[in-house]
Amino acid sequence: MKKRRLYVRSIILFVLLAAVAYTLYANFTKDNTMKVAVGEKAPDFVLTDMNGQKHRLSDYKGQGVFLNFWGTWCKPCETEMPYINNQYHQYKEKGIEVLAVDIKESNVAVTKFAERHSLDFPIMIDRDEQVMTEYGIDPLPATFLIDKNGVVVKYHTGQLTEKEAKDFMEQIKP
Amino acid sequence: MKDVKCECGHVNPHGTVLCEACGKVLDEQEKDKNLLDMRYEGSARRSITYNKTIIDKIWNFFSSVKVGVWLIIVTLIASAIGTILPQEMYIPPVMPAEQYYQDQYGWFGKLYYQLGFHNLFSSWWYLVLIASIGVSLVICSLDRVIPLYKALKAQRVTRHEGFLKRQRVFGITKNAQTAATLPLLKQKLEAKRYHVREENGDLLAEKNRFSRWGPYINHIGLIIFLIGAMLRFIPGMYVDKVLWVREGETKVVPETNGKYYITNNKFILQIYDKNKDDQVFGEAIERAGNIPKNYQSNVTLYKAEGNTVAGEKPKLKKLKDFGIRVNEPLTFEGFSLYQVDYKLNELNKMSFALTDKATGKSFGDLTVNLNNPDTKYNLGKGYSVELLSYFPDFEFGKDGEPTTKSRIPNNPAFVFKMRTPDKPKGETSFVAIKQTIEPFGNNKYKLKFRGIATNNVSGLTVRKDNTLWAIILGGIIFMIGVIQGMYWNHRRIWIQNKSGEVWVAAHTNKNWYGIKREIEAVLADTGLQMPYDQLQRQQNEIEKEEA
Repeated sequence: MKKRRLYVRSIILFVLLAAVAYTLYANFTKDNTMKVAVGEKAPDFVLTDMNGQKHRLSDYKGQGVFLNFWGTWCKPCETEMPYINNQYHQYKEKGIEVLAVDIKESNVAVTKFAERHSLDFPIMIDRDEQVMTEYGIDPLPATFLIDKNGVVVKYHTGQLTEKEAKDFMEQIKP
Repeated sequence: MKDVKCECGHVNPHGTVLCEACGKVLDEQEKDKNLLDMRYEGSARRSITYNKTIIDKIWNFFSSVKVGVWLIIVTLIASAIGTILPQEMYIPPVMPAEQYYQDQYGWFGKLYYQLGFHNLFSSWWYLVLIASIGVSLVICSLDRVIPLYKALKAQRVTRHEGFLKRQRVFGITKNAQTAATLPLLKQKLEAKRYHVREENGDLLAEKNRFSRWGPYINHIGLIIFLIGAMLRFIPGMYVDKVLWVREGETKVVPETNGKYYITNNKFILQIYDKNKDDQVFGEAIERAGNIPKNYQSNVTLYKAEGNTVAGEKPKLKKLKDFGIRVNEPLTFEGFSLYQVDYKLNELNKMSFALTDKATGKSFGDLTVNLNNPDTKYNLGKGYSVELLSYFPDFEFGKDGEPTTKSRIPNNPAFVFKMRTPDKPKGETSFVAIKQTIEPFGNNKYKLKFRGIATNNVSGLTVRKDNTLWAIILGGIIFMIGVIQGMYWNHRRIWIQNKSGEVWVAAHTNKNWYGIKREIEAVLADTGLQMPYDQLQRQQNEIEKEEA
């Protein structure tokens, strides 16, 4: 009888505790619940770069992809771009592709920006925010590291230092 | 920790105050009282039974009504404090919240922010409080409803003398037996819809026992309600997103996995017109000026066909045209799009004329699309303009270089190269609103501002709520519980033979006046005396002594 009571009480308390714990957990992760979670497969997308070449994420299987979302008006993006460009040169041969997705700006602004900072990696414009919506991005810049299997290894928002950019490249080197 | 065996033979759980079967007072303290505390039928609240393991201790903590009431009071006070200053999500994004509160409300604002009240309703301790109320509700209810149910089920007709004489309504008729009047009493009680049980010439009449379950049904409703609130945190159950669409723009509806697209055809803002609308509005229009009559977005909803990858131009199938107005959302597959905001006259296009500064002669017009401008504009006859740089929201940066604050064309600026037959190398001109800079000296030509075209932008809310059923169900069950407990009373009347006398006692959980009137009607013409209300009698005596 006593044993049973303890048993029943434990079960009820456990169920209640689990419900509370889940609610708290969900509440505190809701602000940064990326639609694309680390450890999951990165959603596929196709965008055309400034040279008219199509890039489909799934075509880069076997390579690490450094996926960066940015805008010309965003200061931290502007600061980190040259770093990314430098590291792109270092790691291009080691099987890493950099894809820089601008959110909904004009061709002129993006082209001029790329020229000004002599950026060499493929830059594409997400004209109707489809990719941005798919990845659920809010603050720019946002960087996703995708490994050779197409799985998201890391998500970072905010400006990168040159060292961080290098670390990131190392993390997805195939 | 032993069960208690009553002299009537019934075995009661430890902690029982009144024997479940015969009502004999088992608790010594209770014996000194003239009236019994009938709450929970004197059954053993389960929490007072064992207090050994940690599980029991947690259980007993939440089982206390006192704790439950304190949880509610603390939550109420916290919620009240949370409404003194606006929550973080409602403050304008002009500066970081930390500065904003101090800036606007002084030291109190700073303290408010530091204590975390700026984000109270999703803070962990507030959620823990709400959750504790839920836990307290479940455990308090379980701990009371089960013993109460058992006690009411175990009750026998014949009750112990001590139980009867400590009831609030109690009376003795001397030198009487129930034998002769039994059928009459039974018939009268049954006419009053009592359920009558008889044992050895003793009667127990009972009705509306289900009213005792009202509070617990009510708690079940509350718990379902809380579960409904919890469901919001499960992905896909609840969506509340903002979607801004310019006129002429097609956008994917967020949270639909790229399945639905929407085109904004036109945003309409209508205001009341004194001359056209009903005269009764006239006075109000005069007083308040422009009064909006209608906010409407005319949209087209599309469904993407086949599996397109994000970024690819999807094949869209038109589903319907719809005018979204306030409170008239566009609904599809559980989603609703509401009209909530708008922005009028966003710059969309700007046109210029290539002009000779000296003569004022024009060599053709060009129109620049501000959201995605072309780079080359050929005006014919050897005149052309090239767009070298574009800053949609222009400002001078810290280093004096022109930059843009955002991608919205609030304050567009351009660097143009004007090529003409007499200046084949071209002249460079920096053009912003109301200013022209010629970086390389005096130009022969300029781009004269001709006009603008504007666009409206609709602000929509994408809403999906799959939790409403739980909230509504919880609310309905809550009300059923309230009604059950409020409009019916659990009434019991005992008519029993004790040593040559007839004892009448009665108990109800509310409306004592009602039960006394029923007893009066039942006892009429039976020779039995009307019992008196012991509580009232005590009060009368106290009043007499005071007088």
